[in-house]
Amino acid sequence: MGAPLIGARIQRKEDYRFLTGAGQYTDDVTLPRQSFAAFVRSPHAHAKIRSVNAAKAKGAPGVLAVYTGEDIAAAKLGGLPCGWLITDVHGQPMKEPPYPVLAQGKVRHVGERVAVVIAETQDQARDAAELVQVDYEPLPAVADGRLARAKGAPQLHEIAPDNTCYVWALGDKAAVDAAFAKAAHVTKLDFVNNRLIPNAIEPRAANGSYSRADDSYTLYVANQNPHVERLLMTAFVMGLPEHKVRVVAGDVGGGFGSKIYLYAEDVVVTWASRQLARPVKWTAERSESYTSDAHGRDHHTVAELALDKDGKFLAMRVKTTANVGAYLSTFASCVPTILYATLLAGQYTTPLIHCEVTAVFTNTAPVDAYRGAGRPEATYVVERLVETAAREMKIDPAEIRRRNFIRSFPYQTPVALLYDTGNYDATMDAAQKLADVAGYPARKKASEARGRLRGMGYAAYIEACGIAPSAVAGSLGARAGLFEAGEIRVHPTGSVTVFTGSHSHGQGHETTFAQVVADRLGMAIENVDIVHGDTSKILFGMGTYGSRSIAVGGTAIVKAMDKIIAKGKKIAAHLLEAAEADIEYAGGVFKVAGTDKQKTFGEVAFAAYVPHNYPHDKLEPGLNENAFYDPSNFTFPAGTYVCEVEVDPETGKVQVDRWTAVDDFGRIINPMIVEGQVHGGLAQGIGQALTEGAKYDSHGQLVTGSFMDYAIPRADDVPFFQVDTRETPCTHNPLGVKGCGEAGAIGAPAALINAITDALGVKDIAMPATPQTVWRTLNQKKAS
Amino acid sequence: MPVKVSMKVNGKAVSGEVEARTLLVTYLREHLRLTGTHVGCDTAQCGACTVHMNGKAVKSCSMLAMQAEGADVLTIEGLAKADGTLHPMQAAFKEHHGLQCGFCTPGMVMNAVDFAARHPGASEQDVREALEGNLCRCTGYHNIVKSIVAGSKAMAAGK
Repeated sequence: MGAPLIGARIQRKEDYRFLTGAGQYTDDVTLPRQSFAAFVRSPHAHAKIRSVNAAKAKGAPGVLAVYTGEDIAAAKLGGLPCGWLITDVHGQPMKEPPYPVLAQGKVRHVGERVAVVIAETQDQARDAAELVQVDYEPLPAVADGRLARAKGAPQLHEIAPDNTCYVWALGDKAAVDAAFAKAAHVTKLDFVNNRLIPNAIEPRAANGSYSRADDSYTLYVANQNPHVERLLMTAFVMGLPEHKVRVVAGDVGGGFGSKIYLYAEDVVVTWASRQLARPVKWTAERSESYTSDAHGRDHHTVAELALDKDGKFLAMRVKTTANVGAYLSTFASCVPTILYATLLAGQYTTPLIHCEVTAVFTNTAPVDAYRGAGRPEATYVVERLVETAAREMKIDPAEIRRRNFIRSFPYQTPVALLYDTGNYDATMDAAQKLADVAGYPARKKASEARGRLRGMGYAAYIEACGIAPSAVAGSLGARAGLFEAGEIRVHPTGSVTVFTGSHSHGQGHETTFAQVVADRLGMAIENVDIVHGDTSKILFGMGTYGSRSIAVGGTAIVKAMDKIIAKGKKIAAHLLEAAEADIEYAGGVFKVAGTDKQKTFGEVAFAAYVPHNYPHDKLEPGLNENAFYDPSNFTFPAGTYVCEVEVDPETGKVQVDRWTAVDDFGRIINPMIVEGQVHGGLAQGIGQALTEGAKYDSHGQLVTGSFMDYAIPRADDVPFFQVDTRETPCTHNPLGVKGCGEAGAIGAPAALINAITDALGVKDIAMPATPQTVWRTLNQKKAS
Repeated sequence: MPVKVSMKVNGKAVSGEVEARTLLVTYLREHLRLTGTHVGCDTAQCGACTVHMNGKAVKSCSMLAMQAEGADVLTIEGLAKADGTLHPMQAAFKEHHGLQCGFCTPGMVMNAVDFAARHPGASEQDVREALEGNLCRCTGYHNIVKSIVAGSKAMAAGK
């Protein structure tokens, strides 16, 4: 066989169909007798619904049906469930208000679904939706998480007094407080981690159809984890047996977390398809995406770092209010707790950490995991504190990090995680070299000569990926397992179809996973196809999020391959009339050790399917194996980012001039794809720091509800990135892989804000650091 | 009120009845089932719907099907050669990993082909500015810019 495939820059197998317009995204699927849905959404942030009058809409051209909350209640459809139970500081379960698929008497955020109109064409559905008359009694609203618990604040849910979902804490508060009392220096920051709107370029879409022939449903949906979608929808909402529902998430145009969840629209089109005995399709308009996709982040945090006189970290104290929006989305509760507080050790030996999180309901769209999910928020806390402390104590920001790096592994943090491996000096050293930190003073001088302010910032992040050991997740409140499934189907002529529960929506699994399989089985990559995204084809899957695909899904495939090879050895031993223990497998050939007797993989596969000469007494025919893999620990990708900005003091515009990222993702399967993941993550992190921020006004109206008001980065907002990697292989999975999908978004905001505050000579600046914000900050500094 | 439209799409004469308000993108996607052209927004910002009309890149979400009456329309499905060989710009996107989820890709490629034809030898910065009307959420644009520069060179070289 040729060169090893692991570590090779193989061009993507999926590209041809995308480049020629042959991709099949959910909205591209049009079924016979297709009908179309349009949702009537609340224009109010908070209101009672006095009545819904659908008479006019029902009589409009082409309308097949109008359903309201009353119909949903009469059909006894359940509310949307939350998949993670957080137990509060008093040992009580979090407050879980009902989350109806169509509003029941009250709306709690702009964009909430009140009714659905289904018609022959999309235009007819949208036209008729305008004719549904909803009589609202507007109520006062609260949108800002910081105001949700204020006295007299409007109350969203009866079961959640003071709009509080939970108050949760991790760490030894008394010990932390004692350490602070003795500290030589304390750095304190008070900031907002801005609310983001994910904005995958493909809007959400769902197309439900019901078959009377076998009383079954098929849902085509833009989703990152079709099996989880099916489980939640059947077991918790619709009360259907799982085997009667097929969920297909074919090509999906980006997710970034926002397509993990079970959404109300998915349920409504599935349910309605049976009422009408016709397929019902809904595709979001972008304005609907803005108001009804799950948002991300939205923390208000007061964070403190205690240090000794040499800059050694003694303790960290963090208090966060997390705005979870109007309802609990599928994984909303674990993001600002389990995925956040546990990352506050970062790359450092900080011995004591306490974090308290208050999750509050507000009249805004639900907030859930968005690329990084808790870990960008944690990294922002740690890396802003560390850089600020360095400046306050006049220690070089890289040096203060080095003084506190963890260097002995495995390392048990004070916030529950056990880091298996890492080498933070290696990524820091490489980043400093690649970024030409030594040349920074000269560049700063040159900028000054042109009237520009130059600043440099670091972020040395860590993340916990490969989620998760199911037992650990379960003990922390997860209501589902977090394993992955894989299946290898060897065909009679020796080609292979691989079925994986990991979904690909841009990550390139069809290539990366094929590399892993072709490399291990010793065959041409063309002979391996990866299939994902269809519950009728794949035995099970927990899906794609948390940078878990290669570490968990890839390992499941490796385990299935081990079984294939083990069975192949038995077959080969029979064919070669040798002892099974003497059979070796390498390079696509089963060989009797020390001899030239051999059978190719194809010959063995053929024998398994045409078993004329076959050990029937010991083996079944066929060559098809599956495996489930539940990891024994998280993986811990880490790295160092160095960012240099140039600020125009006249306009406040920040130019990201240089960006260096050195990541340790463990072993890398396809560097080209990994680099692409880093680039994309960095751009989203830069977006958070520079251009993006969801704004609700005091009445709960979303004022950033389109691409014209909410600025995702455009090509000229971001620089070229210098990226490189260092490898410390993960110790507990066979590929040694850690995951790379979220790193960029996790590390970038802190590095960029550290650079901007350095350039401006200020302690802090709010994200997004738009030209206006920067200009005002500079002028305030001048005035004071 | 239904109106008749006829045009050339990917070299073939097509005609049909649409509502007067039917957008060109809807005609392409729903009537002709050319679903490679995508809709990513409702404010003409994302560019996923970009096609060529009479040789120029246009956003097919921002014009009526009627406005393409008699026009020569090229969509992503018509860009590769009949034998499946990719256009040099498509090939450059593949070679330089200029796409991830693929949703913005048809619009990116169609815009890039038009841009490269009009601005041979454009710099990386020129390309970034030319992408003002095309949004991508996956790639951070790094490899898209590299792809377009390489694709432009290949087009200029007549590959």
